Amino acid sequence: MSVISTGELTTPGLGGGLRDIKQSGFLLKLLVRKELKVRYRGSVLGLLWSYVKPGVQFVVFYVALGIFLGLERSARNPEGLANYAVYLFSGIVLINFFSEALGNAARSIVMNGNLIKKIYLPRELFPVASVWVSAVHFFPQLVVLVVGCVFAGWHPNLIQLLAALAGFIIVGMLATGLGLLFGAANVYFRDSENLVDMLLMVATWASPVMYAWSMVEQKLGSTAFAIYQANPITIGVELFHYAFWFPTTDGSAAMPPNLFGLWLPVGLVVAVVIVALGQFTFRRLEGRFAQEL
Amino acid sequence: MVTAIEVSNISKQFVLRHTRSLKEAVVWLAKGRKGDLSEKFHALKNVSVEVQAGETVALLGLNGSGKSTLLKHISGVMLPDSGTVKTRGRVAGLIEVGAGFHPDLSGRDNVFLNGAILGMTEQQVKDRFDDIVEFSEIGQFIDTEVKFYSSGMYLRLAFSVAVHTDPEVFLIDEILAVGDEPFQRKCIGKIQELARDGKTLVVVSHDLDLVSRICERGVVLEHGKLMFDGPIEEAVALLRS
Repeated sequence: MSVISTGELTTPGLGGGLRDIKQSGFLLKLLVRKELKVRYRGSVLGLLWSYVKPGVQFVVFYVALGIFLGLERSARNPEGLANYAVYLFSGIVLINFFSEALGNAARSIVMNGNLIKKIYLPRELFPVASVWVSAVHFFPQLVVLVVGCVFAGWHPNLIQLLAALAGFIIVGMLATGLGLLFGAANVYFRDSENLVDMLLMVATWASPVMYAWSMVEQKLGSTAFAIYQANPITIGVELFHYAFWFPTTDGSAAMPPNLFGLWLPVGLVVAVVIVALGQFTFRRLEGRFAQEL
Repeated sequence: MVTAIEVSNISKQFVLRHTRSLKEAVVWLAKGRKGDLSEKFHALKNVSVEVQAGETVALLGLNGSGKSTLLKHISGVMLPDSGTVKTRGRVAGLIEVGAGFHPDLSGRDNVFLNGAILGMTEQQVKDRFDDIVEFSEIGQFIDTEVKFYSSGMYLRLAFSVAVHTDPEVFLIDEILAVGDEPFQRKCIGKIQELARDGKTLVVVSHDLDLVSRICERGVVLEHGKLMFDGPIEEAVALLRS
């Protein structure tokens, strides 16, 4: 008999968690490509929707908040934020990335239930693929943001560009960790995806996307403000402001104190802890995915 | 002989009634966990099977006897409540062909996606792509979205991808009745070829004539318990009696 048996007897169905993703790079790539192809199938505008939706969102917020509520600095309103449009949009793109990534990751396990029930593969792939898809959709928005910044007189230095990268990584990790957590929980309780929708709505307003961080500090006092600041999304948004908005202003605007000395490391640590927690929960729950789906 | 699959003393319970909302669970907890939140039944009870490399085994039994559940344990999709399952080498399942197919993608994209899902590397899919298409007899339709395929074409392509994954252990669940008669013969021919090449096969099917042609050994399950394990002729005779 010409059987070549390789290796030892192993227990099937016990994955190595996120580590398995590396070995399944090819599959991850195909899953991401599938999502991108399928998402805008049969629509005339196709990927252009990735520009249109945030574009409209931006205009609405800009008119309502910047002009009507007076956040934009103008001759009659010297207290406002300079270049409010850039300020607003640099926060919106990051929040959009987070919302899309977490929203889809939380649904990814149930959505792919048919596959998970029948074939064993590292299930972490699905939430991770959702985050990647959102990163691809984030890219055109980033291009629009950069073009806008350049028109507003953007002259960033290297540290500011690295700040943007750090902000993106923090938010991406947070979305991955929460996506694993809620994606796994969603198999058992479909309430999970509604909870995520609610969290995402809160997240948009719980970070200085529409308004300035200094307004929060005035109202909350230092202790509550520290809690507000510890939110990784807040840190990510502030890093984005520092990278995209701050270099378009005259430099007189105040950035949150200790952004690099304290909050950047805090954001990274919180994001890593969330990823570890998400992974731990996911592995605890994934053993019964096939029978619960 | 080398052991390819070692199932020792596994049991699996399924929950009959599910709660799908947090509210029901909270109410249940608040009432001091009175009553059972869910009913349970044994899908598998103390089942042990050992399969040597190169063996061809049929899992037989009536509907609901636990055949497919056992197969899912071997593939790793499910984990047993107690007992252990061990396998050697790569295990691939032809479990419900086309589970990984996406209707909006072309046949070509689906071959790559499904190949990757079944554990092939990029190079392997590329190398075997022509063979896969040829075996499936899809021809020029390979670049059409699979939602426009006839059900026969769909299954043929899916089967073709699956048999080209080349694992050490093949798990086959009730998919031998694929396509029209000539293609069915081709599938069975292919499976017999795999068996001759020394692949380990575990087949679930209700087609007793078919399994007795392909397999040497039969394992009969009834209500999750192992009833019989021996030569296929005796297993088939037991089921027919």
